[in-house]
Amino acid sequence: MDLRGRLLLLAPLLVVLIAVIGWPLLDTVWLSFTNAKLGTMSGDFVGFDNYLRAFSAPAFQKALGVTALFTIGTVGAEMLIGLGVGLLLDMDLWGRRFLRGLLIVPWALPTVVNAMAWRVIYNPDFGALDALLHQLGFIDQYRSWLGDTNTALIMIGLADIWKTFSLVALITLAGLQSVPRDLREAAEIDGAGPFARFRSVTLPVILPPLTIACVLRTIEAVKVFDIIWVMTKGGPLDSTKSLSILVYEQAFSFRHAGYGASLAMLSVALTVILIGVYSRAVRMQGVN
Amino acid sequence: MGQIRIGRILAYAAMVLVAVVILAPLGWMITMSISPTKDLTSVPLPWIPSALDFSRYQRLLTLAHNSDGEVFLYALRNTCWVALGTTLLATLFAVPAAWVFSRAGRDLRWLLYLIVGTYMLPPLMFVVPLYRILSSFDLLNSPWALMVADSTIVLPFTTWLLKSGMDNIPVDLEEAGAIDGGKLFRILRDITLPLARPVLGTTLLFSALIVWDEFLYAMLFTSDSRAQTLTVVIANLASGRVSDYGLLSAAGVIAAVPPVLVGLILQRSIVSGLTSGGVKG
Repeated sequence: MDLRGRLLLLAPLLVVLIAVIGWPLLDTVWLSFTNAKLGTMSGDFVGFDNYLRAFSAPAFQKALGVTALFTIGTVGAEMLIGLGVGLLLDMDLWGRRFLRGLLIVPWALPTVVNAMAWRVIYNPDFGALDALLHQLGFIDQYRSWLGDTNTALIMIGLADIWKTFSLVALITLAGLQSVPRDLREAAEIDGAGPFARFRSVTLPVILPPLTIACVLRTIEAVKVFDIIWVMTKGGPLDSTKSLSILVYEQAFSFRHAGYGASLAMLSVALTVILIGVYSRAVRMQGVN
Repeated sequence: MGQIRIGRILAYAAMVLVAVVILAPLGWMITMSISPTKDLTSVPLPWIPSALDFSRYQRLLTLAHNSDGEVFLYALRNTCWVALGTTLLATLFAVPAAWVFSRAGRDLRWLLYLIVGTYMLPPLMFVVPLYRILSSFDLLNSPWALMVADSTIVLPFTTWLLKSGMDNIPVDLEEAGAIDGGKLFRILRDITLPLARPVLGTTLLFSALIVWDEFLYAMLFTSDSRAQTLTVVIANLASGRVSDYGLLSAAGVIAAVPPVLVGLILQRSIVSGLTSGGVKG
């Protein structure tokens, strides 16, 4: 394919991407160094002031903590549960096709619908969770799961895990099906126990897809906005206010477009750091 | 043998547990949508509806002036419109580029990674500048605004998906076309695209799913039933002071049916796509 032909075929996409992604991105980077207000947008260059302000702001530190906790908690749980369910579905069991189809449903459910459904289930007056726990005798009184600073983030995390563990399970399953059967049988004949077989035959094959799943889930979790917005809007007392919610609040409720942009940049930095940590961990696994 | 039997019993128990965990919230959402309001606000909560009440579906699916149905049906229309438009536009732009990326191999990999890497950026990175661009073109509160905004998510994704799919189409066939003196565009249209039909279908459905799910842009760039999408309407209903849980659930069920059906159609291509790559590699 000649250069002219390539350019001609690439050009439409590149022009659109520069218009809808490239330009807004540069604009946001620039905004993060200004004190621009939403609406007027004629801000002055303030250097790294917004970033310095963020690092000393308790609200940012808290949001960073909430986001990190949410990310590590949900991604960790999703990887473990997903791996377990993937392994389960790889066994020769009756009904596995049905369960595999069922796994698609939470994955395909719109995030907002999922958030709404769990919000209703957690409802402190007539919610199904309180009703179930009360009728089974686990609690004496109805509790406000999303109204309690100790439980709100955990309950949102559970709703998120319910929706997304299935993706990890499907990726695991797809990876497992590419493990050569004769290799597994050979390992079995050699007298390797189930754990040794998993380590030496299965794990090397499913580690690459699992790493990809983990990176994708981490990116999504750091960006988390929809589910928290619909369930708590960041409350009670900021206990579920993630970085994205904080950016939204700063940029749109308080109209600090410049400061909000710098916070968005910092949330990207968090994603980059987490992915860096993973790729290091995976590389070390490879060395061993 | 005894050990194996216990293992299988445990595995079946685990399967039942997973199925119950997935089905319980879904089943409850459907139950709520057909339970009388009185049931849903009583303590102890009855798990089986005292009577079947389909009135919420009727309310949501009837177009009467100033009703819940009007808001909901317009939102449904807007969502379909935005999903269709974004998907078609994104595919139109991504197909030729994905073909080049697939055939250029290593040369252009950096550019592809740059494009795919934007997936890492939160939509909030784009929101303020996009808002300014859209308002300067007077596009706010229109489905067009959302097509433009959603493209920031859908375009990199479709490019990647189409490129991976086209990697599986042998180059030899295209080279035969080139010897015949076929122009690039004609090779793409007559040789590659017909072979790429399955991956094209998968890509279209995946992007429609993404748009159906989108919430942040829709919340910020729309303000009334001319452009508001289902996700915005449901979020508004959910945060309302007086909530009819049955109505909310019914709205959720209707909004969930199309993407779940699409997901079930895609199921085969997700798993078989990933595994066929593994077998060949």
